[in-house]
Amino acid sequence: MSDTAIETTHLRKVFGSNAAVEDLSLDVYCGEVFGFLGPNGAGKSTSIKMLLGLVKPTSGEARLLGKPVGDVSTRRRVGFLPEHFRFHEWLTGAEFLDLHGQLLGIEPAVLHARRDALLDRVGLAEHHDKRIGDYSKGMLQRVGLAQALLNEPDLVFLDEPTSGLDPVGRRLVRDIIGEQRDRGATVFLNSHLLGEVEVTCDRVAFINYGRVLEVRELGRETADEITVSVKARNLNGNVLTSLRAWADGIRINGEHLTFNVAGEDILPEVLRHLAAHDVDVYSFTPKRLSLEEQFVRIVGTEGGL
Amino acid sequence: MTGVAIIARLTFREAARRRILLLAVSFGILFIGLYALGLYLLPDTFESILVRRQILKIFLLLGLYAANFLTVAMSILTSVDTLGGEIRSGTMQTLVAKPIARWQVLLGKWLGFVGMLTVYVVLMAGGVALVMYGIAGFWSESLFTAMALVWLEGILLLSITFLGGTMLSTLATGVLAIGLYGLAFLGGWIEEFGSYATSKTSVSIGIVTSLIIPSESLWRRAAYEVQKPIIGGPGPGWPFSSDSVPSDGRTCAFFPAS
Repeated sequence: MSDTAIETTHLRKVFGSNAAVEDLSLDVYCGEVFGFLGPNGAGKSTSIKMLLGLVKPTSGEARLLGKPVGDVSTRRRVGFLPEHFRFHEWLTGAEFLDLHGQLLGIEPAVLHARRDALLDRVGLAEHHDKRIGDYSKGMLQRVGLAQALLNEPDLVFLDEPTSGLDPVGRRLVRDIIGEQRDRGATVFLNSHLLGEVEVTCDRVAFINYGRVLEVRELGRETADEITVSVKARNLNGNVLTSLRAWADGIRINGEHLTFNVAGEDILPEVLRHLAAHDVDVYSFTPKRLSLEEQFVRIVGTEGGL
Repeated sequence: MTGVAIIARLTFREAARRRILLLAVSFGILFIGLYALGLYLLPDTFESILVRRQILKIFLLLGLYAANFLTVAMSILTSVDTLGGEIRSGTMQTLVAKPIARWQVLLGKWLGFVGMLTVYVVLMAGGVALVMYGIAGFWSESLFTAMALVWLEGILLLSITFLGGTMLSTLATGVLAIGLYGLAFLGGWIEEFGSYATSKTSVSIGIVTSLIIPSESLWRRAAYEVQKPIIGGPGPGWPFSSDSVPSDGRTCAFFPAS
């Protein structure tokens, strides 16, 4: 097996005169949880549809688990929870999973056991034989998630998997994503809930206008952007001017000083510099940029329609 | 089970679950019952055996014509939303992301509908023939040929809605299928009158429309099969009769397309 679960080069999709995806080049490695972030209309859903072979790319190339996208047999190893989770309403939850298990070519005995275990796992233990038409929005998303995991996929696409769920359900999805990672699966997560992405993803790609703006690793110690809040007295103009050597975005409001530095390594130097200039420091709090702040900084606040 | 068989079964099951089959069969039985009552109430005092045969044939053709028309309507109505509806609602996304080719989804659905159509034609046309045999003792071997032709007409319209469904919205697909059926219907009539008035142009118009969509020529051939032992038909004005008989070739013209 190759180390790359998803590989796209200059993937492009044009609808009429409108490019939904401009030029998407991306590598997702096996075994990682990968977040796909961008404002509405950035081309996320179209990208996922191209990767799953639901939409044909206008140009460019994409490979899934080493095979070109659209390869039917690769889909045996792929799971997918669509954003608009609408399923055949006249089937019961158990029948729905049976149908998709059969399409995946799972042995009946294995399918039976896996179906029941998965329905229990997503919290539908009481609702195996209830019609999907009678499911609530949250239950639909849960049964959709069970469906995406039926074949114990090597690669699973979750498109906004928690949009219909309450906090308990969201936590369940987070746990299940963790279980998939532990199993060795690759998870491709498309979500608007940045807080959620922050705790579940290993890496994230920020995309807009159908291009990758930046790919970042999350939770690394050497995070590059840190905002420092300082409570201090005896701050004078000279100190602040010389601080510019290390920091930018310097703001002062009475005793409160905030600035941004490029990395953690700089912090002791800054602290020594303040002490050498007889500044009395009462508190010194470095804070990594939240994913939301990174998002706004990289993607900007425009668009999002 | 292969992908095609899974989808075909799913399609059949959907019709059963959503009570489409139940309603179609219930109304089919009502139809046959009413037809039997109508035949039963027909006074059996005719001038001659020949007139009796003629009247019974017209009554048989009437029953088959109604069964034929209902088959056409049911073929279009039940299948018109099967592709567009699933694409629009999004249920299709989960299906086609599975290891199954698009053509397998299409073929499976098509076969599911062909199965239902078969049940319906056997019930309706078969019911008409059985009633005729049971009450009036009238039977014709060519009824099987006629039934098969009605079945083919249903399959033709089913295939048109499938073709439309891959490209058009549900409503547009319905308009396409009914519009084509209407053209063929009118073309068949023009041909029928043309053959009486010996107008070659009129006959040609009928032939051209039937080559584009042979639904009406399938019916006219079916009608001919049932009434052919008698010399001449009842004349134009009977929508369920045929005097300008479509050839074997024309009757089968749509096979390569479906």
